[in-house]
This record gives sequence, C-alpha cells and structure tokens, in this order.
Amino acid sequence: MDIGAVLETAILQFIGLNACYYAIAAIGLNVQFGYTGLLNFGQAGFMAAGAYGIGQTVPIFGISMWWGIGVAVGYSVFLGLLMGVPTLRLRADYLAIVTIAAAEIVRLVVRSVAAKDAFGGTDGLTGFASSFQQVGVDLGLRPASQYGFWIFTFSGRNLWNLIVGWTLVAIFGVIVWLLMKSPWGRVLKAIREDEDAVRSLGKNVFSYKMQALVLGGVIGSFAGIMLALGNANVQPDNYSRDLTFFILTGLVLGGVAKVTGSIVGPMLFWFIFAFLDSLLRQLIDQPFRLFGTTLIESTDIGAIVFMVMGGLLVALMVFRPQGLFGNRKEMAFEGR
Amino acid sequence: MKDADAAPAELTEAARQARAALAGVSPVPGAPKPDPILKASGIRRNFGGITAVDVDHVEVQRGSITALIGPNGAGKTTFFNLVTGFDEPNAGAWSFDGQSMDGVAPHRMATRGMVRTFQLTKSLTKLPVIENMKLGATGQKGEKWWNGLFPAIWKQQEAEIEARADELLKRFKLDHMRDEYAGALSGGQRKLLEMARALMTNPTLVMLDEPMAGVNPALKQSLNAHVRGLRDEGMTVLFVEHDMDMVHDISDWVIVMAEGRVIAEGTPDDISSNQDVIDAYLGAHQGRSLLEDE
Ligand SMILES: Nc1ncnc2c1ncn2[C@@H]1O[C@H](COP(=O)(O)OP(=O)(O)OP(=O)(O)O)[C@@H](O)[C@H]1O
Ligand SMILES: [Mg+2]
Repeated sequence: MDIGAVLETAILQFIGLNACYYAIAAIGLNVQFGYTGLLNFGQAGFMAAGAYGIGQTVPIFGISMWWGIGVAVGYSVFLGLLMGVPTLRLRADYLAIVTIAAAEIVRLVVRSVAAKDAFGGTDGLTGFASSFQQVGVDLGLRPASQYGFWIFTFSGRNLWNLIVGWTLVAIFGVIVWLLMKSPWGRVLKAIREDEDAVRSLGKNVFSYKMQALVLGGVIGSFAGIMLALGNANVQPDNYSRDLTFFILTGLVLGGVAKVTGSIVGPMLFWFIFAFLDSLLRQLIDQPFRLFGTTLIESTDIGAIVFMVMGGLLVALMVFRPQGLFGNRKEMAFEGR
Repeated sequence: MKDADAAPAELTEAARQARAALAGVSPVPGAPKPDPILKASGIRRNFGGITAVDVDHVEVQRGSITALIGPNGAGKTTFFNLVTGFDEPNAGAWSFDGQSMDGVAPHRMATRGMVRTFQLTKSLTKLPVIENMKLGATGQKGEKWWNGLFPAIWKQQEAEIEARADELLKRFKLDHMRDEYAGALSGGQRKLLEMARALMTNPTLVMLDEPMAGVNPALKQSLNAHVRGLRDEGMTVLFVEHDMDMVHDISDWVIVMAEGRVIAEGTPDDISSNQDVIDAYLGAHQGRSLLEDE
C-alpha cells in the first residue's frame, strides 16, 4: 500500500478547485445559516444562478463573458427575493422548505427540454470561458505547461483557476469578517437568537433577514461562476441537493458563525473525502470476501466513503458540536 | 403606608407635577387625562372563543408612572402586545404622542419613542452584555450593510454608544458583567439587562412587563429608584406588576384590568380601597363559604 500517494491525493484536494468553490459557497451559507440562523437548503440553486449567469453570456446572449458577473448577481438577487418575500415573515422551517424546493425547481427548469434554447438542456452550456482563460495566458501562464514544485505541480490553466478561486475566497472571507464585526453583523446575530427582542429595539427584522439571504446567495453565485469557469462548462446536474448538503457538511465541520470555519471546513471535507476514497481503493483493489461471500467490491467504495463521512460527522456532533473552529462558549448557552 | 400629607415632601419636581396633573382626574375606568401620551379606544382581541382584551377607552398621562395591574390572565400582556404592534387587535384604534399607531410595524415603535420589555425575558444569551446594550441604540450608521464594511464611518458613533451603554450598565449594577455572555447572567440580572437595553433606544414611553418578577428585595429597591429616575428624566413609564407594595410605592396612577376590561382607575390609594378591585383579585365570594350562595 502506498500511503504517500493517498496523502498526496488528499492534500491536492485540500487546496483544489473543488475545495475552493465549496469554500466560497460555504462563506455565503454561513452568512445565512451561521450568523442569521436562516435555514437555506438551496445554496445549490444560488450556485446554479451564478453558473448559468456566466454560462449564458457568449452562447445564448452573444455578449462578452464579463457581463456574466452582472447577470449572475442579478439572477441570485432575484432568486433570493423570490425565496425570501413569502417566507421570511414566517417560522424558520418554511424557509427551509421553500429553499430546497426552489433550488430543485431551478435545476429542473435549466435541464428541461422546453428551455433548451435558453439553458442548453441536459447538455448544459459551453464555449464561454475563453476570455477568462485568456487573462491567465496574458499574464504569462501557458495553459499546457506545468508550474510548481514537489507534489504541487499544476498546468497553467489549473493554476490560473486556483489563483482566481482562492483570491475570491480571500475577498469574500474578508468582506464577511468585516461585516460581522460591524453593527450590521450584531443585528444578524441577535436575530438568530430572538427576533422579537430585536424588533422591540427598532430594527426591521424582515429587511435584515432579506439582506442576509441575498448577500449569502450572491456570494454563493460566485461559487457557481468559479465552478463554471474552472470546468469551462455548465452542467445542470452538478447543482443538485447533494451539493447543498455537502457544503453544509463542510460548514458544520469547520464550525458555523466563524469565517475560518467556513473556509477550512470545506477544505477538510475534500481532504477527508479524497483520503478515504483513495485509501479504500488501495485496500480493496480486489473484491473483499468473507466466508465465501463477496462483502465489498470496488464499485461499493463510493457508498462506503459516504457512510464513513456520515459516521465522522455524527462523532463530531457528539464530541465537538461547535465544529473545529466554532465557539464553545456560545454553544453552551443553547436552550437556557 | 406613608400618609398622603407627608409623601409630597420627598417627591421630586417631576413626580409633583405628575401627581398634580392627575389630581383632578376622576377615578373611573377610561377617565380622560390632561396630557395623554398614549390613548386607546375600543381595543378588542379574541383568541378563539375567549376575549383576552376588550378595552373601551384608556389613556396614559405623559410624564407619569402608571401601573397596569390585574389578576393572572387579565389581558395585560396581550394589551402590551397590541399597543406595541406585536399582535393585531380584532378591532380598535390607538395613538401615541398624537399619532395614530394602528398598523404600524413593531420595529417603528422604538424609533418613534415607544419601547417595551417582555414578561419572559429576552436577553440575547450568545451576545456579550455590552453587545446586548449596544444593539439597543437606534439610528446606527453601521447597521446598514454597505456602511458595515467601512469602520471609519461608524467607529465614532459606536464609541459614543458604548460610552452610553457603560453608563447605563453602571446604573443597573451590571458593569462587572460587561464582557460576559448574557447567557451567564442570573434571571434577575437578565431583567435588569433587558430594561437597561430598552433605555438605549432613548424612549419617551417605557413599557415594562413585570420588571420585578424574580428580582430580590434589595435590588427591587434600587430598581424602584431607577424607574422613578426615568420619570425625573422626562420619560413616561407604564408597567405591569403583581407586587402591590411596589405599585403603591412608585406609581402616580393605577389602571386595573380583569377579564380583558379596565375595571378601575385611580391613584394607588383610591385603588387599594376599591371594592371592585378587591373582588377581582380575590373573587367576590371571599370570606364566605362557597355553599352560602346556593
Ligand atoms: N397566543 C394566545 N393564544 C390563545 N390565548 C391566549 C394567547 N395569549 C394570551 N391568551 C389568553 O389571553 C388571556 C390574557 O392573557 P395575558 O397573557 O394577556 O394575561 P396577563 O394579564 O398578562 O397575565 P399574567 O399576569 O399571568 O401575565 C389569557 O386567558 C390567556 O390564556
Ligand atoms: Mg402577562
């Protein structure tokens, strides 16, 4: 067994593009769920809004890809308002139901045959990312050359994706960190605990919840933009419920209501995921048999990885409910 | 109790004025006041079959300390909820400071100068005490998200707010808990924090729902002094309380509710000798065997 290779895969996923766009989405989700207590189970929908916003520009609208940033933000603001207006005055659970449904509706619409002309159906969209890649080339990163050292060697194209992606993580991380230290952030944290108390002190709770939902959604749409640009295509089935819950898992792993938690959590999620996956693939390179029956085949590995991840999450909730970076003292006052 | 002649000698100017203004008001339910800050008419609220509040008319005199008393379930908290916009009445109209208030969202009340506390304390346990206090200040520039990004815009105002918060914390003897999470406070301390936080909104009318519940006797004395202090600073106080000694001690006027209605009004002395009130509290049958009525 080659544990070195396992670690190498895991480390590359730790800093890879997957971890990067998960982290952007988790920073946004943290604004909604971590700080404001809004149960947004539709972050994948916001990511799809971002991805399609940028994906539609060249192939559908025939405009420059760079307008796509505006289109993506516009789509996600609209989606946020659409989810928030009917539900944010109601109890928290209604938002959860509506967001999970809205994200599914988004996915079903963009992959539908009826809307193929606008969203490309199940084929998705391609042919929009070249202006983005060109900037990397202009900066001297030759797409096909290798850059880096030791195990950290990337093609020019991947390196460019990673540089832009992690820069976005840093920018959004700093923005959210600044906001949460401001009086605005204080109102959100207060709303998370008791809306009526905040209302009695003269704050428009509905408006603040809407701001948090939309801001978190817009940040999430940049995760979609990054995923679309990184893959140079938009695939509707990337934006399924699974995606939302993996991001939520990453966030909880890192610790909610902490910017560091929302960034390192998704990175660890991918580290653990890749570690388990490549470890099991090495261990079970032929079917695992016991008393003459085949217990595990290599095709089962994907499912086993998720089982182990689930078990780890349960253990985390039991032994460290605040996540790795969360605030234990804050958690301790739950339900008093 | 102190007799009526001796009491005025130790009253402050504000208290003397409030009592003088109320001296000419006839002690009947719905009595008009010379300078009402809060007026409510025909307010009714039904929960399914029961009528929790059914108030014909009631006024609260500006600059006074008015107590709202009544047995459990009389509708006091519901009345608070209705006037502050936290609940909507089935019928009725009310005004604050001459402006009609029906349909006004609860968060607008505080900016107009009306603030309330809750019977079940709502301290924000996961925020430090000082942050709880600072949340109370209205008109904060940094509460707009686009300003939040630029501390330069709100740092100055935040410092002023913090200074005011510290001053209030000292007054309420919570300054030693300043940086603790509010969740670490005792029940009585939370009552104090909630009252102090409400004052951060710079209100003109303070509505307190059982501010003394669960507060120890020594602290009650100092809370009494705080409430009197609010009147001296020109605020109007309307409070719900079951502790009759406190009611008698600090209020200029008392409104009594029972089964949703205002059944009596008057000075504390009027009220303590009012037969309707005694009946409402103890039941009209007190002192007699239940069998006698048969
Ligand atoms: N949300 C509600 N749903 C149904 N009934 C309610 C509701 N809120 C209050 N009530 C009823 O309305 C009546 C008045 O309640 P309220 O809380 O106003 O009484 P209160 O005077 O504040 O009593 P206490 O002194 O015990 O606090 C009670 O009979 C209560 O059961
Ligand atoms: Mg009550």
